[in-house]
Amino acid sequence: MRKFLLRRILLLIPVLWGVTTLVFIVTQVLPGDPVDLMLGETARPAQREQLRKTLGLDRPLGVQYADYMGGLLRGDLGNSLHQKRAVSAIIFERTYASAELTLASMAVALLISLPLGITAARRQGTALDLGAGFLAVAGASMPVFWLGPLLIIVFSIGLGWLPVSGREGSLSLILPAVTLGAALSPILMRMARSSLLEVLPQDYISAARAKGISEKRVLWLHALKNACLPLITILSLQLGALLSGAIITETVFAWPGVGRLVIQAIASRDYPLVQGCVLFIAAVYVSANFLADIAYAWLDPRVRLT
Amino acid sequence: MRRGLSIYLGGGIIAVLLIATLAAPLLSPQNPYEMELAQGLAAPEAAHPFGRDKLGRDILSRVLHGGRTSLTVGFAAVSVSVLLGVIIGGIAGYLGGVWDEAIMRVTDVFLAFPGILLAIALMSVLAPSLWNIVISLSVFGWVGYARLTRAQVLALREREFVIAAHAAGATPGRILTRHLFTNVISPVIVEASIGMAGAILAESGLSFLGLGIQPPEPSWGAMLAEGRDFLLVAPHLTIYPGIAIALTVMGLNILGDGLRDLLDPTQKR
Repeated sequence: MRKFLLRRILLLIPVLWGVTTLVFIVTQVLPGDPVDLMLGETARPAQREQLRKTLGLDRPLGVQYADYMGGLLRGDLGNSLHQKRAVSAIIFERTYASAELTLASMAVALLISLPLGITAARRQGTALDLGAGFLAVAGASMPVFWLGPLLIIVFSIGLGWLPVSGREGSLSLILPAVTLGAALSPILMRMARSSLLEVLPQDYISAARAKGISEKRVLWLHALKNACLPLITILSLQLGALLSGAIITETVFAWPGVGRLVIQAIASRDYPLVQGCVLFIAAVYVSANFLADIAYAWLDPRVRLT
Repeated sequence: MRRGLSIYLGGGIIAVLLIATLAAPLLSPQNPYEMELAQGLAAPEAAHPFGRDKLGRDILSRVLHGGRTSLTVGFAAVSVSVLLGVIIGGIAGYLGGVWDEAIMRVTDVFLAFPGILLAIALMSVLAPSLWNIVISLSVFGWVGYARLTRAQVLALREREFVIAAHAAGATPGRILTRHLFTNVISPVIVEASIGMAGAILAESGLSFLGLGIQPPEPSWGAMLAEGRDFLLVAPHLTIYPGIAIALTVMGLNILGDGLRDLLDPTQKR
């Protein structure tokens, strides 16, 4: 396990270097002058020059890159142009709301997908299985920026049960979490179904049944335990979809997380903040995948040998 | 769902949508840009079955024309991604060694960006035009196809027909294009149909966030963004563009599933 861990950490270093360099290239090297975007085309040359100096864009590219990487190593993401505060502090303030939404939507996704996946696998080929399959296809086709407003129309405007937007009280978490969780559940449901279909015909399940163990116990204790491994992989891989879905979901529901912060930063042309948010989200994603790899290797010793 | 049914159903939905959007200038009851401010937010009626938007423009006409944008972006982004991915993945798989290692590490970096984050970052610095959206979606879109092609080429390159071609004096370029790519194409087609659904969703998402197609050009994502401000008084602004996106994505996903069962039966669940 130690060898596996070391190899995984060594592989992580070039990826993190690549990610940070790519973000630098995208935000500072590509055509499209940030100064033009921030000030507009009508700004005076003196104003442009001043902002160029403030952002450090007047220096050679190599110096800018070295400065950028040095800052990152010290945990310094620069200062926001509009809020005049450290980018890292602004992002940190938003992480709790984002984490809350991500975890809640994962829970919603599991609550939807596990019962549906189990039912579909146990009733394979029946109308229930087909119905669950149709729900999965329909769910996968509904973008969060449509499902969110539809839920608002029904539950906030129509029934008046839940708040339209914002983050005040636990009720305000329900609609964003359901929107984001519903987007994740089709793939989890399919995975739960197919994993169970692979596990259920195996000998140890037949042996458990022959011993007279109740069907419920066979399913939840014996079958689902082994069927969960691919679910962990999918859940970690889908964290990416969840994080990018959160950018849109947070915008729909005015949820004050990091996802909404990116869009607000883009709208206000706050480049250091955009750069910081993109780096932060990518780092969370890379770390989550790393932890999932470790968890997977810990649960299934065969993985450590590959 | 049975293989034939999936292909017919998915293909049928896409064919209808394709015809409707291609024939948008003929089918649209109104000019999608024509405003009638006094009729802003008007509910659906016989002359305007999907109602009107805040500027009094006909929503049905804008949905039909918006489909052209979405399908164009989806098709172009997937085409560029497939082309790049198949070439890069083919080179990595066929040459192996340092080339393979280097290309795979580059794909690791691109895969470290979740979903459309890289496209969002790119669109924050590029001007919001149709072709810049295609570029930003292709920048991360090629990675999946490269990995798929590499895996296929790795499995195929030691097979007898490739060794025979090599012994007959075929150049690496010819072996790749004539012998290997022809055998890789089936899983790539399956992946591309599902990838196109993803590209259409991504384009709509970018436009919804204000980073994609800009007004007055009709786009499903931008129409949904506009509808968000009028959920209480005019839900029809939100409902119809959303149905169009969901139907298109559903059609492509069903078609992709059917194609997977047909062309790659080992993946069938």
